[in-house]
Amino acid sequence: MTTHSPPLPTTLDKPARITIRGTAKTGGRVTIPRSVRRAAGPVGLVLLWFLTSATGVLPESVLASPVDVLKQAVELTRNGELPSAIAASGRRAATGFLIGATIALSLSLLAGLFRLGEDVIDSSMGMFRAIPWVGLIPLFIVWFGIEETPKIALVALGVTYPLYFNIYGGIRSTDSQLVEAARMMGLGRLGLITYVILPSALPGALVGLRYALSTAWLALVFAEQINADAGLGYLMSNAQQYFRTDVIVLCLVVYALLGLACDFAVRILSRRLLTWRANFEGEA
Amino acid sequence: MADSVEIRGLSRAFDGNTVLHELDLDIREGEFVALLGHSGCGKSTLLRILAGLDEEIGGEVTVPARRSAAFQSPRLLPWLKVWRNVVLGLPGRPNRALAERALAEVGIADRASVWPKTLSGGQAQRVSLARALVREPELLLLDEPFGALDALTRGRVQQLVAELWQRHGCAILLVTHDVEEALLLADRVLVMDEGRIAHELTVDLPRPRDLTAPEFVSLRARLLNWLGVTRTLEGTPS
Repeated sequence: MTTHSPPLPTTLDKPARITIRGTAKTGGRVTIPRSVRRAAGPVGLVLLWFLTSATGVLPESVLASPVDVLKQAVELTRNGELPSAIAASGRRAATGFLIGATIALSLSLLAGLFRLGEDVIDSSMGMFRAIPWVGLIPLFIVWFGIEETPKIALVALGVTYPLYFNIYGGIRSTDSQLVEAARMMGLGRLGLITYVILPSALPGALVGLRYALSTAWLALVFAEQINADAGLGYLMSNAQQYFRTDVIVLCLVVYALLGLACDFAVRILSRRLLTWRANFEGEA
Repeated sequence: MADSVEIRGLSRAFDGNTVLHELDLDIREGEFVALLGHSGCGKSTLLRILAGLDEEIGGEVTVPARRSAAFQSPRLLPWLKVWRNVVLGLPGRPNRALAERALAEVGIADRASVWPKTLSGGQAQRVSLARALVREPELLLLDEPFGALDALTRGRVQQLVAELWQRHGCAILLVTHDVEEALLLADRVLVMDEGRIAHELTVDLPRPRDLTAPEFVSLRARLLNWLGVTRTLEGTPS
């Protein structure tokens, strides 16, 4: 078969040879370190916030100046209001997290390891996940009243989903070839779970843990809007009544810092638990 | 010598698709048998059945209780150090000295305490062999264990398997699609086709075997012919 290939003007027009110019640094030039460049954005924004507040462009009724926020932080720490609020919120988050994590771990193990568990649990979890959990607040108030219980329940609920789906997914993505090899080497059911299935679910579980912790704080913010008499949410809704934007901003900053601290902790944990994934050349 | 493996009338079907047809096979104690065949001829299915990983079978299979396997991919657990992989599943506490002896036997004693991810393909396959042999098997099942290795490494690991077999004296069933590999290593070569043992060849060549010996070349030609591969290499250097 003969084909009439059209002329290829584009290739013909191009020069036959090109020169690749090096972009490698030849030294001598001063470069700003990446960390400094990354910090420039946030620092600049805070500076802008400070300047607009100081010049009165940003009135205090809209957003308090960073100096006032800092003053409030010192003041509320000195009179003990902030530490006790953090303690109250932390207690709620921790209790809710522990309950949610226990539920998620039990359900995901049952669904991941047993066919019957999967059939019964996984479809139900899929159904419940479709319900936006924040929307359950009114129902929780009806069921549990307005004390601590609905707050803790909401945190527990928020924690359960990401942990469940990530652990379950991790268990189910276990390499069947590894399971086969381990069975061949004489591992029984318990041995398979301990040495093969759970370790291979661990990376997923840690991702789930990060999601779960950030959801825990988010759930807490929502939950503490319900008639709180202690905690950061209480401090915030009080401040709202007196138009104290400095206290509101302070509470938001504290929420953010607590979330960051949790995230940092999980990252450290991941690094310690998943050393086998790194490509270092063994121990010295 | 007594038989290590006895297979009588073995059948296996997947969704009505028969993969093994009334297969009979004996392997003597300490015998090295290679199983050749095209992909999908049922050789890996047979190996999985002998390994005890597939029990939905018809017929009767008698195998030694002490048997182990090495696969095409090393299948090491990435979250256990190399030496823990070697003694995985053995009763009692993990015995490091035992693992190190087994690793020394395959020539990589120095990698005992690294993560499997840091090993090269050949090293990982050696660990996999150490893991199989530390169980002192009477039957060792090898499922294309050299398939994923580069040519140079493959030669070295084949040599190692030959040595280990002579030292341990276990029966070996090697599944492969490499005719030369089968002839280099095995006492007997079986060619499988459509779920049956279609051909059988006893390899009576002295060890270590010479790829270029006329007897070797003629046996290879017979095997290739059985496999339906005709090679005409007129003027093309191989």
